[in-house]
This record gives sequence, C-alpha cells and structure tokens, in this order.
Amino acid sequence: MDKLKLKDLYDGFRDPEVIKGFAKLIEQEAKKLEKPINIMEVCGGHTHSIMKFGLPQLLPQNINFIHGPGCPVCIMPKERIDHAYILAMLDDTILVTLGDMIKVPGSMGSLQDARAKGGDVRFVYSPLDTLKIAEENPDKKIIFFAIGFETTTPMTTSLIDIVLKRGIKNIFFHINHVTVPEVMVELIDSRDEHIDSYNNTIDAFLGPSHVSVITGSKIYEQFPTKYKRPVVVAGFEPVDVMEAILMIVKQFNENRCELEIEYKRSVSYDGNLKAQALIEKYFEKTSLFKWRGLGNVKDSGYKLRTKFANIDAQEIYKDILPKDEIEDHKLCICGDILRGMAKPDECTIFGTACKPQTPLGSCMVSSEGACAAYYKYGNLLK
Amino acid sequence: MNKQITLAMGNGGQENNELITNIFYKYFKNDILEKSEDAAIFKIDKNIAMSTDSFTVSPLFFAGADIGKLAICGTCNDLAMMGAKPKYLTCSVIIEEGFPTRDLEKIVKSMKKELDINGAVVVSGDTKVMPKGSIDKIVINTTGIGEIEQDGISSNNITKDDVIIISRDIGSHGATIFASREGIELDSELKSDCASLTYQVQALIKSGIKITAMRDATRGGVSAVLNEWSKQSSICVEVSEDSIPVSQEVYGICEILGFEALNLANEGTFLLAVKKEDEQKALEILKGFENSQNATKIADVTDQYVGKVILKSAYGTKRFLDIPTGELLPRIC
Repeated sequence: MDKLKLKDLYDGFRDPEVIKGFAKLIEQEAKKLEKPINIMEVCGGHTHSIMKFGLPQLLPQNINFIHGPGCPVCIMPKERIDHAYILAMLDDTILVTLGDMIKVPGSMGSLQDARAKGGDVRFVYSPLDTLKIAEENPDKKIIFFAIGFETTTPMTTSLIDIVLKRGIKNIFFHINHVTVPEVMVELIDSRDEHIDSYNNTIDAFLGPSHVSVITGSKIYEQFPTKYKRPVVVAGFEPVDVMEAILMIVKQFNENRCELEIEYKRSVSYDGNLKAQALIEKYFEKTSLFKWRGLGNVKDSGYKLRTKFANIDAQEIYKDILPKDEIEDHKLCICGDILRGMAKPDECTIFGTACKPQTPLGSCMVSSEGACAAYYKYGNLLK
Repeated sequence: MNKQITLAMGNGGQENNELITNIFYKYFKNDILEKSEDAAIFKIDKNIAMSTDSFTVSPLFFAGADIGKLAICGTCNDLAMMGAKPKYLTCSVIIEEGFPTRDLEKIVKSMKKELDINGAVVVSGDTKVMPKGSIDKIVINTTGIGEIEQDGISSNNITKDDVIIISRDIGSHGATIFASREGIELDSELKSDCASLTYQVQALIKSGIKITAMRDATRGGVSAVLNEWSKQSSICVEVSEDSIPVSQEVYGICEILGFEALNLANEGTFLLAVKKEDEQKALEILKGFENSQNATKIADVTDQYVGKVILKSAYGTKRFLDIPTGELLPRIC
C-alpha cells in the first residue's frame, strides 16, 4: 500500500469541484434569504483562509464576512509589548516567544528592534523548545512570553508543568493568554458604557477551528440561546468554510438558531479535557484584560495562580514593568473593524501610513489580522 | 596544520600561507591563480557579464548541498541567467576563529567540484580570520565574470507575446533549511535544489530559442521574481495555481509552518520567459535534464493589472500574489 501523504489529507478539502459545488448550493439557498446576513469569522486563521482562497468571490452579494478579533498577536496592547521589550533588554536574560510576536511594535519598538539593540530574543515553534534554550544557558534567566488563545494555552501550561516537575530554576513566565467566548460576548453585548454594541451587525458566527479542539463546542452554547446568534464551528480549509456558510444560511432559511459543528473530524462537544485540566491547575482569569483596538474585556485573560508567583515574571519584575495604558494611533479604526462596523479599506491610513512593514494598528500587525490579509491578498479583485 | 582556524592564519604570515597553500591552492589550482600576483590577469574577447554575491547560511552543511556549493552556484547561476557562460571567479572567505579546518576543507572541495561543473576557475582570493563571536562561523563572497553567449536577455523586455516557464518544483532549498533549523525531523527525500544551471541555459541558447528573460528564484522565491518582472516590464503576470509544481515534502513543510511555497528560496530553480511559439521547444530541452524534468509553463502575461501578479485558483477565484516581506516566521496556531 502506498504511504499516506500529507497532501492526501488536504486535497479533499481543497477539491475545486467540491468548492464549486458548495458555491452553487449556497447561491441557491441564499436566494431565499429575507435580508443580507453578516457572518463574523472570529478566528484570524479563518480570515487568512477566506482571503487566501478568495472565498468572498464565490459568495452571493447578500452574504458578507465580518473579520473578528481572533488574532492573538493583533490584540496585544502596546503596554504588554513594552513588557516584552523591557524584559528582552535585561542583562543575562533571554526572552522566548512565538514567531509573529517579533514584529509587533510597542511604544519603544518591536522585539525585532530589541534584538537589533542587543536584546536576546528567540522565537520558537513550540513552547517546549524553551527547555532546550534553558538547558543550554544555565546562567541566564529565560522568560517565556506566552501569547495566544485557547489553542496555545495548553502548550504553555505543559511547559509550566515540566518546569515545576523537573525543578528547572531558570524559566519564568509572562502570561498573555486570552479567551474567545468573552470577547464574542463583548462584540455583541458590550459592558463598556461608551460603546453601544447593539449597533453591531453580526448575524452569525463562524466558530474557530483549533480553539474549539481544546475547549469543545460547549463554550459557544450561550450564543444561539441567550444572544440569538447561530454558531457553526468550522475547519480552516476552503471546503470547510464553504460548508459552514451553507449550514449558517440554512439555519436562517429554516428559522433555526443553533450551535453546529462542521469541523467534526477534530472538534467534540467537550473538547480536550486533559488540556482544560492543566489550564485550570495553573491559571485563573484576570478580572480585566485590555485588547488592542477593543479596550478592556471582562474575564477574557488568564494569569498564573498566586501560588505560582515564584515563576511569574509579571510579579518578579513588577517594579520595572509599566502599568499605564497606552492609547492606539488616533487615526486607526481597528476597534471598529474588530467590531464589524468597518472594513479595512475604509480606514484612511490603510495601505498608506499603515502597512505590514510599518503597522500602526493591531489588525495590520500579524498575517492573521484583517488589514494584513486585505493588504496581502488584495481584496481589489472582486 | 592546526585542527582549528586560528587568528594567526589570517595574519598574512607563515600560518596564513600554510592555510592558503594547503587548502585553497590545493583545490583551486590553476595557472592564473598560482602566479600569486596582486591581481589576476586574463584576456576576454566577448561581451562579459559580472556578478557578486555573499553567502551565509545556517546550517553550513544541509541535505543536498553546503555553503561551498552554494557560493559557486549562486554566482555562476546569476551569470547564466544573463546568458553568460561563467569563466573566472574570485573567492573571499571570512572565517571565525576556532572554525574546524576539516570543515573548511570540505567546503573548498565542494566549491571546486561545482567550479568544474561550470567550467570556471577561481583566479583571485582572500582569507580573513575574525575573533570568536564576531562572525557566525564562515562567510564567503564570490564574484564572477562570464562570456555572454546570447545578448539582449533582460527582465525589462517581457511582453504579452511571452509565456513564463518554471524549470522544476519549487521551494525545496528554503524548506530544507527551515526544517533543519527548526529541528523538524522528516522521514523524506527532501533536499535543497542547489545546482548549477549553466548546462540548461547553454542548451536553450544553442537551440536558437530567443530567450526574453531568465531569473533564478533565490531569496523571496518565485513570488519575488514574478513581482520584479511585472514591475520591470510593466506587465501583469497571471499564474495558474494548480500548474505550479510543488513536491510532497515542501507542501508538507508549508502546511505545518504556514508558509507559501512560492515565497521559499530556491538555489537551482529558474523562471524563463520565452515567446509563445518557443514554449514547447524550451520545455522539451529543459525536460532533457534531470534537474528540470518537471519544467512546466506556469503563467501568461496580460495587461489586466500592470505591475501586479495574479494567482488564479482552480475553482475560479483570483488574488494578488504579493512580494514577501520581513523574516519568514512560522505561524502561531
């Protein structure tokens, strides 16, 4: 028997005939819609897929995408980037983080700038690679700057678990993990008195793929029931996204409002219980986490539990880490884009003052941000 | 000779001479070099092309090649892309103190092998040693001169009468380097495409095909070359995504790390613009070489969006293919 090839795993989900087939079904189904629907893809990975595969070109006029805030790099406020920068510039210290973080500008510069000025910044593909760096540099303090949604959170807790079990003394943690459901609530039901979230136009959600593998689909239950928004958890491949859209449109036509899973090959209702237990063991919710572009969102971030203060860089270095909030660029409309009230190309500085090489706003920062995806894949092709 | 390169070996004295004689002269041996003058003297009657490149790569030895082979292929291929046959090269090497002498010999040996393939010689060289920590192991610069065999090849002359051909499957150099840097162990045949292109180019020229433009898709990959061409020639390049050859291994690395094969570096893969009527002949010639047996047409030239590259999917969508920016970084999730 031939060996299974990676391409075999993807090909079915990128099959041109299947994609065209779904496009046709969606078109037929969408004709029955009473009014246009706006679907928010919460996750940046979906935004990237949608733009990369040019899916809006296959959809009828009455189905729109709203690009959500699910890009962990984009939503990092400047003050947290500054923390990373300050820690990276300390003597005998190595700051370790995941790839995309390197480019994000804080008020003092990006980690790339810190590296150019002599700071020791390393990027890893897996948090567990930090162990090797710590082993090779026993005289240095290794600070893991942890970022990401529920997808990457268990990887950080696995690293913490190993560090504590092995008694490794030179690895510390700066935790910036955030969670999806709380920000989805914020987008449709803001607690911020300055923002009338009911102005938003989100009719349904495309639920994140990999977040849901960890959390299970159960975290979205409140949206169809309490907030009357259907949720379909979808995979990242074009066939996945197209099928999920068809499922959403059908819900509207059939007067249903439900939580459904398209990405059944990976997502269950309960999710990865072992990963959830690890998160519970080491982390607790912060009362407020400031999202770049969105402001403070209640219960949307994690921090290390108090009993682990001895490995918590935010505690250990609290005297040198600034606490003041830093405003975003005045012309930047990332907040509106993330709330689904504006598209990237409606921003006056999009593609001019704000570009992927010199991002001013959060959505331009990472390849998963809506502005970066628009810039890169040129939504000029309609 | 010392097992490690010492600072003394770069000081112009006895140890320096020993290093040059025992390694560089030993392999690069030729009449012009051995005269040991301050500059190489030679005569060329034809129009010449000249190109220079510096090479630094980590790791130094990787599947399919090493920095030595790369340093010769890189410069010789740049000459070949302008329709020139590589003839004379200079080689300047900067080495970090403590570098294993045996590794240096391996690198120089590999350079010699590739020089022979190109029919070129090193006629002038220089060696410097820098203190430990002030340079990453070894940096090689080569500058080359070649005799022009076909005039008028230029990235500024592509028109709607041309088609664009790729010589082989793309991205294997970039994927190999990334996989070895990231410690991704692969049970596969993945290796760098690093190779000299002189033979293929000579064969194309000898066949009488009028080559409009050629460029090897090194850093920035195929995306960079097509974008450069679209701007330099004021054309729109329309690429059919499913016509681009990508190996299983490269496809896999791209999926795992979130890269696009079109952005990955190549070191023995080139793009060729020829008139439509020469397409079949060019493909036939390229397919005669092992290194380019998968050569295929990937793009047409239009004037739809001048200065832009459009990628067309098999299911009818289109998007711009932008020039890659910044460092290649793996995605987060």
